[in-house]
Amino acid sequence: MNWKRSAVAAAVAAPFIVLLAWGLTKDPREIPSPLPGRQAPEFALEVFIPGEGAHARNVGDTVSLAALRGKVVVLNFWASWCLECVTEHQDLSLAARQLAGKPVQFVGVLYNDVKDAGRQWVAQRGGEAYPALDDPGARAAIDYGLYGVPETFVIDPSGKIAYKHTGPIWAGLLTAKVDSILAAATPAASGPKGE
Amino acid sequence: MTRLIALDALWFALAVSAVGGIVAPIAIARGRREWVAIARAAVYSNFALVTVAIAAMIFALVTHDFSISYVAQVGSRATPVFFTIISVWGALEGSILFWAWVLALYSALVVYANRNRPGNLVPYASAVLLVIALFFHVLLTGPANPFHLVSPAPPDGPGPNPLLQNHILMAVHPPLLYLGYVGMSVPFAFAVAALITGAKQDEEWIRLTRRWTLLAWGFLSAAIVAGMWWSYEVLGWGGYWAWDPVENASFIPWLTATAYLHSVMVQERRGMLKLWNVNLMVVTFVLTILGTFLTRSGIISSVHAFTQGPIGYYFLGFIALVLIGSAVLVAGSSDKLHTEGRLDAPLSRETVFLLNNLLLTAFMFTVLIGTLFPLVAEAFRGVKVSVGEPFFNRMTLPLVVALLFLMGVGPALPWRRGDWPALRRKMIPGAAVGVLLSALAAAAGARSAYGILAFALAGFAATLNIAEFVTGVRARRTAHGETVPVALARLVAGNRRRYGGYVAHMGIFVAAIGVAASSTLRSEREATLKPGEVLTLGSVNARLNDVWAREEPQRAVIGATVELLRDGQPYATMSPRMNIYPMSQQPVPTPDVRSTPVGDVYMNLMSFAQDGSTATIKIISEPLVPWIWTGGGIICLGALIAGWPARRLG
Repeated sequence: MNWKRSAVAAAVAAPFIVLLAWGLTKDPREIPSPLPGRQAPEFALEVFIPGEGAHARNVGDTVSLAALRGKVVVLNFWASWCLECVTEHQDLSLAARQLAGKPVQFVGVLYNDVKDAGRQWVAQRGGEAYPALDDPGARAAIDYGLYGVPETFVIDPSGKIAYKHTGPIWAGLLTAKVDSILAAATPAASGPKGE
Repeated sequence: MTRLIALDALWFALAVSAVGGIVAPIAIARGRREWVAIARAAVYSNFALVTVAIAAMIFALVTHDFSISYVAQVGSRATPVFFTIISVWGALEGSILFWAWVLALYSALVVYANRNRPGNLVPYASAVLLVIALFFHVLLTGPANPFHLVSPAPPDGPGPNPLLQNHILMAVHPPLLYLGYVGMSVPFAFAVAALITGAKQDEEWIRLTRRWTLLAWGFLSAAIVAGMWWSYEVLGWGGYWAWDPVENASFIPWLTATAYLHSVMVQERRGMLKLWNVNLMVVTFVLTILGTFLTRSGIISSVHAFTQGPIGYYFLGFIALVLIGSAVLVAGSSDKLHTEGRLDAPLSRETVFLLNNLLLTAFMFTVLIGTLFPLVAEAFRGVKVSVGEPFFNRMTLPLVVALLFLMGVGPALPWRRGDWPALRRKMIPGAAVGVLLSALAAAAGARSAYGILAFALAGFAATLNIAEFVTGVRARRTAHGETVPVALARLVAGNRRRYGGYVAHMGIFVAAIGVAASSTLRSEREATLKPGEVLTLGSVNARLNDVWAREEPQRAVIGATVELLRDGQPYATMSPRMNIYPMSQQPVPTPDVRSTPVGDVYMNLMSFAQDGSTATIKIISEPLVPWIWTGGGIICLGALIAGWPARRLG
């Protein structure tokens, strides 16, 4: 073996590996979302699972974003065929119950799925704390530039997107985000509530 | 149950590969000959174990066992059994499992074929193959485990990606690609084994892997053409090549493998290019892994991209190991790979092969740079760019044209020393055919310089290749008094490698003419029609009859019935469709293609009125496109002739 040549060859190959390694830290599809800070796209979608407690809506009613001004809206896109939605489901319901007393509305939007499959999925998991909306033709999903499910948007009381989360969200993060939006929205009125 | 059997099989396969790939070569190097048999047994058991795992996966898919994560991800009760089975390779984890199985199959076959060969070459090569297998088993038991437990099991799954269940070619293209890609592991493993065992055997690895390389190359060629065909028949844009990163990923190793098939002859004949050949083989293998990495890691944005995950880091580690390991090994042994022969004359077949290798390597770098450039641009300038067709076409068309020229000149030149008057004599008829073809193309409406040049050079080179057959047949007829078919059959049988190569060349010319014609002479027209109205494009008159809808178990289909008219009378019916899958937002267009030897009528249903009163139809006239698929078939035939065993074994 000629180790000198070996070392030179390895040194020539190394930058290529470094480039690829650097590339792995980047997501080519992560075109920075223009949405946070912008006005959230309007939607008006039909309820097909009622939900419970403070978030509940009647099946067949239409929920529109415009009618929810003044509240923080947590908008979650999901599907019955989505495996990660299963892990996320409990956390979402938990956060919805914890935030029930505050001006917050949780809604789930079914993505690329049939309503029956969605109902069955929710029933299997012992219900859902918030209503599920149908999005025929994935219009709302397209407006929100959905990349996949699950994806969650937090919309502030003025209708601006405050936060976007790709992949399964967890209860702690979600309640923290909602609380900070509520605190920022009413700084003079009450300040942070010590519950 | 299925899950546990499969997982156990994979863990055992991991252990077996580690023993055969790492322990065995160390033991053999220390003179423990009994480990040769153990290494061989490891290769066979690895194959048996991976076969169990993939059989379990197919069983789980067919029985809709949604408690297995991969089935829950790609399965669906409504999907027909056939598409359910082929979804084994439809998504990331399954494709890795399939890869591991193909690798295990190749390894078992190559070891079995060489079971009586003495020496250390085969044991070391099987160790290299098992190390590659080890990497895939690490993926399968780690980040790409398809057998995770899903509890509770969902009642149904989303089904495979609609695009992948839309056409029968999806059953053909991926396995061919894997057979081609993975097949390159065999010559790579023997090249590395030859470097480890020492320079004495540096010819043996080439002789021993010649057919395996040809086999892999033939599969890879077929896969590339099948992929083009699939995208043509399914994607609805009427094209077959878009320089997408994943298309490039399959094409780049093909270029280096093609270069190798030529340069290896120079080594066998003249003892030159030893180091170069080892390099080409190593690079080809690295490029197959790189191609897999690019498509599986999500590092480059592509229509084909699989889901992302930590798997990219594993692949990167493996690429680093292979690339740096091979670089160290090849560079370290380069002293021993000295050249015995030298070029006798500038005008010789060796020279043409050298030029061909330079051009193919330049081609490879061009496509590789174009593919990786978005990454480089972001690393150094922080901008997102995409490199598209204009770059690739401008950079590669001159290379294509030059390669076509060499493909004509090479066969016409003898080894060692050619003479100019003889070459000129051979080139004159070729030049005449070339001029004739380009004149025809120009008369048919071709206006791009490269298009016309491609016609000219394909005609030129095809004539020179055919002339080789004619000369050979004529000589046999004179010497042995044989009839033309007998003389041709015996000529080819007498030197399968040479004439198989020329047949493969013919396939390239046929495909090149198809590509040149379809890219320069294509025309299209789109219109919204009411039933009874006619859309005319050139000589094609298409009348919309009706718009219909049909429910199928796994999808809804909307289609248009269109009749092609000649003198007012229908002579053919076409039905472009849209397939709508319940769990996918976009309808999947299904174009209808009517093929004739002179070209295709390609018809797409662009949109339709809900009440069926109108439909928007797009017609594309695609001259000579079937020549591309035919050319692909001829290329494979050439590989088959060149690789066919001369005598039956045993």
